[in-house]
Amino acid sequence: MKVLDRLMQKARTKSIRLFHLNTGSCNGCDIELVTCLSPRYDVEQLGIHLEGSPRHADILCITGPVTRNTLEAVKQVYAQVCEPKAVVALGSCPASCNVFGGSPVIKGPLSKHIPVDVYVPGCPPHPDAIINGIAQAAAILAERGLPEAAKGATQQ
Amino acid sequence: MTTGLISLFLFPGLVFAIPAGWLFVWGEHKAVARMQRRIGPPLLQPIWDFVKLLGKRTPPRHGIEADLLRLYPALSVLALLGALALLPVFPAGGHGFSGDGVLLVALLELPSICFILAGFTSGSLYGEIGAIREAVLSVANNLVFLLAIVTIAVTERTFRLAELAGPSWNPGHWLGVVGILLCIPAKLRLNPFSTAGAEQEIYAGPLTEYAGAALGLWELAHGLEWVALTGFVATLVLPVGGPWWAHALLFVAIAFGQVLVLSTVAAATARLTLERSINFYWRWAAVLAVLAATSALCMRFHA
Repeated sequence: MKVLDRLMQKARTKSIRLFHLNTGSCNGCDIELVTCLSPRYDVEQLGIHLEGSPRHADILCITGPVTRNTLEAVKQVYAQVCEPKAVVALGSCPASCNVFGGSPVIKGPLSKHIPVDVYVPGCPPHPDAIINGIAQAAAILAERGLPEAAKGATQQ
Repeated sequence: MTTGLISLFLFPGLVFAIPAGWLFVWGEHKAVARMQRRIGPPLLQPIWDFVKLLGKRTPPRHGIEADLLRLYPALSVLALLGALALLPVFPAGGHGFSGDGVLLVALLELPSICFILAGFTSGSLYGEIGAIREAVLSVANNLVFLLAIVTIAVTERTFRLAELAGPSWNPGHWLGVVGILLCIPAKLRLNPFSTAGAEQEIYAGPLTEYAGAALGLWELAHGLEWVALTGFVATLVLPVGGPWWAHALLFVAIAFGQVLVLSTVAAATARLTLERSINFYWRWAAVLAVLAATSALCMRFHA
């Protein structure tokens, strides 16, 4: 693997920008995600930063069971995040629709509409689990950004 | 000629300014984090951010709009590197030329104009709102900024930066320095004057549609803006003379000290609305700046 590829791979695990999208969540997972930014967990020391624009983001953090009204927004925001990117589904709702499953206005689970890289289960998940999920997604993203030849070299 | 090239490429230009810009951006985030009792980002964070942004694959854009969106951040970085080359860190060595202070003001203003144009060119609604806010705030704070520089220039009877450098016994000089310090938060879009790039509120303002290397250049321009503005204030208060290395170290220390103080103020204050920001500059700061400039002029003719 070339030196530049290795540098870029390292930068992708050291600088992680998130975009948070609520697709009909009860706000439980949203509050837990924001807790990660608070002094107790302080994810900024790991290079993780919450962004205002999906264009600036690397990882899309999605909460909620994907309601009918938010479905188009999910697809649009996913398309706006620049490659290489990863998706983290926070909580049980995007994974299984949770207690909202079966409702006519719920269009989840999330994986029916966009590819999901990491699931963080829980209702809501613990901030430690969210940070762990984001770190796993960053590792996936760093690998995904490599050229095809270099990917093989890392797997060996 | 050699002095000019050293200023442009070595110190305080390219080789010094880019790492210093990243250091100052780190200082800004670290000071805010410490105020919130957090640990904050590691020292190399701005460099990792920049390297990562270089590797992002941006969406394809075509036509003149794409070229302009790439041009604005590059122009901002170049203008700021030019502004840094003009700073009289070592004023004794025949630095600069007559009226270089006017060129410095123009170069410091160029990034703000590019920021406004970027917002309008991007076609994003949030970009346009941010650009309008930046334009209005720029008119408000530039009145004070220009009057502060005029006060210093009238007091010292020159627009040549090498002769403006260093502390002075004249109160007009210090009033001018305070005026410039009051304008720095608005020029850098820091709290309480962060309404133009209000993150989360209007997404990222004029930079909402930016991604990849162009966004990296904007972040670099922000760091260079820190170095240029705080460095300008440092040259106005730094005593002339002494060994060159001590002088250079003191220059960096004074500039970095301003970063920490202004970032601490930013962390301690909330974002003001556009109207209140303009009120601050036009109602209070501008009145003081007009008084300072007038008294400096009167004292000059009296003498």
